[in-house]
Amino acid sequence: MRERGIRDRAAVAGIGHTAFGKALGRSEYDMAVEAIWKACADAGISPREIDGVVRYDMEQVDEEQLLAVLGNPDVRFFAGTPFGGGGAAAVLVVAATAIAAGQAETVLVFRSRARGRRSSYGGHPHQGGRYWEKLPAELPGLNQWHVPHGLVSAFQEMAMIAMRHRIEFGTTDDQYADVAIAFRDHAIRNPHAVMRTPMTRADHHASRMIAEPLRLFDCNIETDGACALVVTSLERARDLRQPPALIRAGAMAAGSHHIRLSTLLARGFDDDSARRAARRLFAMADCTPADVNAAFFYDFFTALVIIALEQYGFCGRGEGGPFVQDGGLAWPAGRLVCNTNGGQLSEAFIHGFNNTLEAVRQIRGTSTSQVAGCELVLVAGANTDPTGAVILARDR
Amino acid sequence: MTQPPLPAIGPDTAPFYEAARRGELRFQRCTACRTWRHYPRPACPACQSRELAWERASGRGTVYTWTIVHGPTLPAFEAALPYNVVDVLLDEGIHFVSQVLDCRPEELHAGMPVEAVFVPVSDAITLVKFRRLR
Repeated sequence: MRERGIRDRAAVAGIGHTAFGKALGRSEYDMAVEAIWKACADAGISPREIDGVVRYDMEQVDEEQLLAVLGNPDVRFFAGTPFGGGGAAAVLVVAATAIAAGQAETVLVFRSRARGRRSSYGGHPHQGGRYWEKLPAELPGLNQWHVPHGLVSAFQEMAMIAMRHRIEFGTTDDQYADVAIAFRDHAIRNPHAVMRTPMTRADHHASRMIAEPLRLFDCNIETDGACALVVTSLERARDLRQPPALIRAGAMAAGSHHIRLSTLLARGFDDDSARRAARRLFAMADCTPADVNAAFFYDFFTALVIIALEQYGFCGRGEGGPFVQDGGLAWPAGRLVCNTNGGQLSEAFIHGFNNTLEAVRQIRGTSTSQVAGCELVLVAGANTDPTGAVILARDR
Repeated sequence: MTQPPLPAIGPDTAPFYEAARRGELRFQRCTACRTWRHYPRPACPACQSRELAWERASGRGTVYTWTIVHGPTLPAFEAALPYNVVDVLLDEGIHFVSQVLDCRPEELHAGMPVEAVFVPVSDAITLVKFRRLR
């Protein structure tokens, strides 16, 4: 069993989310609990049955707050994943690992964000609003190497990564638009999505430049909202209300570099964390990228989706731009249908977790842009950090 | 905030800033395997040796990638919009984030040769910027 790792040991049994919006005026605590209660109802369990909690380590709704409402006197597993969006899929790896090891039976995974620009509710950078507007006047840590030169935020760092991809491979504005338009078209079909007005190529190109080569419509939206899911053992999931979405495989990967540019740019393509995660992931799943029916990439920026396609082996190095052309990612007939909820570019930005919920819907067959016969779905965390990914599968 | 944020000098980074004040670009270098490294850290990522020296780099390199920031950005940088931020691949193999001074956005290109210049911004802090090498 050891070499099979967490393969098919756990499954997603319930999903829940709040409304998504630009400024909902609600606390992250309240939104988290709404999403958790809905995920439990979806699974057909009581919140009292949750005996494990996995969260992003920057999540501001903490265990103390959760214990005050869950009602289970014997919660027995807690963990968090580092690296922000890089941990967006790794949370499922941790939950499945806990279940496979017998340390918990029913694990809650969630993310809640009051993160619209007007939703800042505290001085901590992770308490909403623009985190980079809360930088101190004297910069400790790695920020001191970037911010004094005017590189203040992640979108500017990602712009430099995107620019390097253009330098090497000639990636174009039109290819970025192909990603944004495909995901917008998915969002239009999704009643929960925040951005539902049609986008043309001209609209994309006319959106204001943020940090070359990235325009506004290349960037994820910022929203409020919360998402939660319930993971349990495969045996138990089969007894619950919904068809299980099996966690077929999962991998985390970190190396000698990190998101910060001076080390990230120094590494070679095959040293990417996402490349390493992909190798282990497909080995555990015993499948290839060609077997995957739909994929959910961490779409913080159009340009990074193009790079992720290369890292996860859906195309060769430098071929991501041509891959997304002509509706390459669009439902229903794209080369690889991706982010059918509209993703973080158009549905909502819940730190990748809204994409994970949609991946479960694809396995259940309930997406508003449902891929016919969908049996295997990839979900990847942010692809510049240390990262992680999972493959979800339909049961039997 | 109208003043740009500046580095907080700590024990691990003080040698960099002391050198910059003297007009020298210095980085940590492993005395065991001779690997250069940046950002500063207490062991070599190549051989794990804890022995290091702050050695002087040439200050020359080429532009590896860049962005032109159009905003939003911090208020302290708004007057300079649009401005460049570059990643310089130094001759020593180190990637260093900075800016190229006196260079219009359309003039930036990958592989552009640059050299370090030293810009004092406070009594303690001199920032390392770059200019085109002609």
